[in-house]
Amino acid sequence: MIASPHRRHVVFLIGAVLFGAITTAGFAADDDFIILQSTTSTQNSGLFDHILPKFTERTGIEVRVVAVGTGQALKNARNGDGDVVLVHSKPDEEKFVAEGWGVKRHDVMYNDFVIVGPASDPAGISGLKDADQALEKIAQAKAPFASRGDNSGTHKAELSLWAKTGVDPGESSGDWYLETGSGMGATLNTAVGKHAYTLTDRGTWLSFANKDDFEVLVERDPKLFNQYGVILVNPEKHPRVKAEKGQAFVDWLTSSEGQKAIASYKIDGQQLFFPNARPGT
Amino acid sequence: MLDPTSPLQGVGDRLASPPLPVELKGIVYQTGGKRVIDGIDATIETRRITAIMGPNGAGKSILLRLMHGLITATEGEILWAGRPTDRLLARHQAMVFQRPVLLRRSVAANVSHALGLRGIERDQRAIRVDEALKLAGLERHASTPARVLSGGEQQRLCLARALSLEPDVLFLDEPTSSLDPASTLAIERLLLDAQRRGIKVILVTHDIGQARRLAHDVMFMHHGRVIEHQDAESFFDDPRSEGARAFLSGGLVL
Amino acid sequence: MADFIDAFRTALGLIVTLNPDLVEILVLSIQVSVTAVAIASVLGFAIGGALAVYRFPGRGAVAAVLSALMGLPPVVAGLMVYLLLSNVGPLGVLQLLYTPTAMIIAQVVLVTPIIGALTRQACQDLLEEYDEQLRSLGASSSAIVVTLLWDGRYRLITAVLAGFGRAIAEVGAVMIVGGNIDHVTRTMTTAIALETSKGNIALALALGIVLLAIAFAVNAGLIGVQRLANRLAYA
Repeated sequence: MIASPHRRHVVFLIGAVLFGAITTAGFAADDDFIILQSTTSTQNSGLFDHILPKFTERTGIEVRVVAVGTGQALKNARNGDGDVVLVHSKPDEEKFVAEGWGVKRHDVMYNDFVIVGPASDPAGISGLKDADQALEKIAQAKAPFASRGDNSGTHKAELSLWAKTGVDPGESSGDWYLETGSGMGATLNTAVGKHAYTLTDRGTWLSFANKDDFEVLVERDPKLFNQYGVILVNPEKHPRVKAEKGQAFVDWLTSSEGQKAIASYKIDGQQLFFPNARPGT
Repeated sequence: MLDPTSPLQGVGDRLASPPLPVELKGIVYQTGGKRVIDGIDATIETRRITAIMGPNGAGKSILLRLMHGLITATEGEILWAGRPTDRLLARHQAMVFQRPVLLRRSVAANVSHALGLRGIERDQRAIRVDEALKLAGLERHASTPARVLSGGEQQRLCLARALSLEPDVLFLDEPTSSLDPASTLAIERLLLDAQRRGIKVILVTHDIGQARRLAHDVMFMHHGRVIEHQDAESFFDDPRSEGARAFLSGGLVL
Repeated sequence: MADFIDAFRTALGLIVTLNPDLVEILVLSIQVSVTAVAIASVLGFAIGGALAVYRFPGRGAVAAVLSALMGLPPVVAGLMVYLLLSNVGPLGVLQLLYTPTAMIIAQVVLVTPIIGALTRQACQDLLEEYDEQLRSLGASSSAIVVTLLWDGRYRLITAVLAGFGRAIAEVGAVMIVGGNIDHVTRTMTTAIALETSKGNIALALALGIVLLAIAFAVNAGLIGVQRLANRLAYA
């Protein structure tokens, strides 16, 4: 049998475990939340901190955001590890719904990408109105360029621009074309550190605190517009999806209230996201 | 020989009942390709102290461990009053090793722990711990970390711990070989007291003087065999074997 | 350099004023790691003690695997637990993904081998000294395990502190299974990763300083325990 001095220690140990379990179990008990799979760029822009509390106030439903790359967000949603997905890669989103993983895709908003780079602008792209032309000049100059390289919406937008140039930057991967395989913030850190150009969404750029001497060099090309879509994960494929609460979020996001909330988000007086949900869709 | 009737702090009048005789029948113990015990046939009948003696490497410690059941013989059997060694029998035996083995806890806790292993209840344990510490002369050190005691005190504690279990048989493997004379004396007095209370003491010793003082019965071993087994007086006065003679006269026994 | 010093100053300000975000993250990190280490200790002590004492075929292989798992990369542990807890995984029905409980589970997976292997080593060393005496006293194998665990308590405390040091400092496991959700599963390490990626060096630094302070405290604790053990001749 365990002698008395040991007993005190065993009791303490059990007490510690129980304490930990009880205090952390509190999180599991509360069921009024949905999980939103979205992207790091949206998260880092600060949009969610601005609009989600409004939704929670209206409905009492907490929205827990898991911010990963677009590819991972859709994969997670495919696994049923999320109730709603909000990303910015229309072809992938449509495929997601077509394959039955999502109920319906709704336009929500768009923001835009910009090409940023060092003030010295070695490739001379500042002020160009054509984004793919800018990329071509960067390739010709072999100026360093940092790519997300992570299958995200931003990455895919970047790749579609390269496709228009006829240049395959992948051939120079590791040379002047740096694929970080990371989120937007980490990629920006790398870009700034290596004096490399990069494609970024305006939101992340505005709230990024480590700009050094970088500036926005190319913007407002319509090809740089970035459309967001929201989809409820299909409860028929994953019965544990919180369909009702998830749909409430989708509805709110596309409602005039949600759209106003999106429009009201500004950094330094600049609006980042432009709501464009169409009623009835 | 020390006077076995000299008064000691008694520990009650419980008399032990060791299962005698001990019969060693055809004992062989082989390890690492060597027959360390090379065929032993012997019987121990006396209730008085038996000393196992012999040069280094004779197999004395191995024989002790075989009798206590810590290792199993390769061949042969050991019978206690006709019963082979088993766990139940071993519960009524105790052993003290050459170097004291004490846990990292207090003096009292060491004894208490041993009693706990035997399933003794908490209240009984406290009483027996008290008695054991008195017996060993260590009451003042009850809360002291056991490993801080001197060598002699530690060994007294090990012996007291063994005795607190109220064994019928007590094995000791050269218990005083590294102790000073005062500690040795204390240990020997405890052994005589144990004998007086009926405990069968089987003692491996190198110390001829000690054997003379304590033993009534001597087994002399050499090369894994028992080559002499007789009462102490005859053994010391007139050893029959070449090896024993050489040993007793202080020479090297090859 | 000026930016760095500036960030440092801001960081200290956040710490001294007990910035609520900082405190919330700190409390969660400690809750998760302490709970995980408590559970891992119970498991690790049992596994380590049993491995040292009980004989069974394949014992050597199990011990070797346990030692190897000490070096399990946190991201791998996170990935393994994620696959278990995902909705398409075997334990999806428990809906534990993206909760602190999932983070605790992942850290238990990470820390148990550390405590287990160190416990096994400690018990093995003690067994060399105690084996014969304990068997002579009639101790069963389970009683021997308990005796060794108590006797080796200072070494076990060291093992627990080592396990805690690992848990509080890792980011890979908790990031994957926790999702770094604001106010829910954001720990010091995942917050540092996030704030760094946002360029919020000040907050990242503040968290880093706190984390370092904890690491130092754990180390000091380790040394203190060893000194105490020596002083009491319990080493």
